[in-house]
Amino acid sequence: MTRITWKIEGDRDISGEVEDGLNLMEAAIAHDVPYIYGECGGCLSCATCHVFVEPEWLEMTGPVDDVEDAMLEMTDVERRKTSRLSCQVEVSPELDGLVLHVPIPE
Amino acid sequence: MLVGEEPYAPYQRPPLSKDCLLGKLEPDRLLIRDPQWYAEQGVTTRFSTRIREIRTSRRQVISDQGDILEYSKLVLCTGAGARTLPERMGGDLDGVFTLRTIADMQRLRPVLQPGRRLLILGGGYIGLEVAAVARQLGLEVTLLEMADRILQRVADRETSGFFRDLHREHGVVLRESTRVARLAGVDGRVRAAELESGERIDADLVLVGIGSQPNTALAESAGLECDNGIAVTETGRTSDPDIYAAGDCTSFVRNGVRVRLESVQNAADQGDLVARVLGGEETAYTAVPWFWSEQYDCRLQIVGLNHGHTHTVLRRSGKDRSQSVWYYADDRLLAIDAMNDTRSFALGRRIIEMGKHPSPEQVADPEVDLKALVRPPKR
Repeated sequence: MTRITWKIEGDRDISGEVEDGLNLMEAAIAHDVPYIYGECGGCLSCATCHVFVEPEWLEMTGPVDDVEDAMLEMTDVERRKTSRLSCQVEVSPELDGLVLHVPIPE
Repeated sequence: MLVGEEPYAPYQRPPLSKDCLLGKLEPDRLLIRDPQWYAEQGVTTRFSTRIREIRTSRRQVISDQGDILEYSKLVLCTGAGARTLPERMGGDLDGVFTLRTIADMQRLRPVLQPGRRLLILGGGYIGLEVAAVARQLGLEVTLLEMADRILQRVADRETSGFFRDLHREHGVVLRESTRVARLAGVDGRVRAAELESGERIDADLVLVGIGSQPNTALAESAGLECDNGIAVTETGRTSDPDIYAAGDCTSFVRNGVRVRLESVQNAADQGDLVARVLGGEETAYTAVPWFWSEQYDCRLQIVGLNHGHTHTVLRRSGKDRSQSVWYYADDRLLAIDAMNDTRSFALGRRIIEMGKHPSPEQVADPEVDLKALVRPPKR
């Protein structure tokens, strides 16, 4: 189990233990994190699981491939350098303590 | 209270014809929410429960077991069912499958064994996705489409051609303008398809992928207005003020045309809409439709509806096997099919949502950066 924290912009923090092997979108759904929908089930078609990674953790979440990079163009809240689609990051013990910021769409 | 006919909590259906069938994803990973989540939200669930009747005057529904459930508001999310071949055409033979539910997938997956001959009827998304999976699992695959091209109902010639080539390159025998007269069996088990031309095609297994029909029987018997789906307003309401409907089972008017959408997007957005409306919010359905399919290593992503298009524009991304087809009605952009071109899909979706209409010349020129239309450069 790996500990992940979601900071909802201007609101509360949600922290929880997540089963390794799930992706961060599934982890967010399991912890009822608001504004993370994962409508397409993680197949890179909806961009509804957008998060900003706490900068010190960015490298640990791995590289952004071309398809994810393209999908980040259609997020509700404009992308930043720390943007990721949660469904593309697999939870593993190295991510224990990871902090994610959840943007609130307009 | 959430009542469902299937034994499972709500789940994602799209992977059933893709990663699940390939064996890369197990069905327990498909659940949209953990079953206990519903209880935590104060939602009582009753699965494996079929509703046989709605008594609108008493605001009651009756289950197959005879239980009477009362409602003040009722939401029908009955979905759609796979169309099947009638018995007289051999639709009831063993070895004939459809694919819509986890149970369907669990029946089909174990029989997809290397070397077997799979015949697929229908060149829509389900037929094509299963063809791709079956080839990857080492089956011999023949796919028959009765229209003059695959994906005819949903896409332009350019897109149909792209997928025809893709499947043929992967060894699928793909035949269009080909009608099946009946399936022939021995001892109740399918052995072949007989074509209207008299030709016979041998097969060990048959997948019927000839579309779906909305599950409207319950709504119809309750006297609700139906028209290729349960007719709903832009707030998701049916012809009964206390009954709403959402998802594949509904039809609604969009841009002056009644449509029925079979998609995750529509299911999620209409569900969201009805929840808001029931919560007292004043809102209406405006979502832009989008769809996707995966076949082999190709990703198809679609945004918008191309009904009534007058012409299409092809945009090449510069990469191999990567392009998009843009559908126009005169100078209005209606929809985009993107093949291995997520950039065009993502930008196109924002362009359509924002109501912008780039000129066909801009779209056809790969040198034109469409991003500027969506997110003006920062100063």
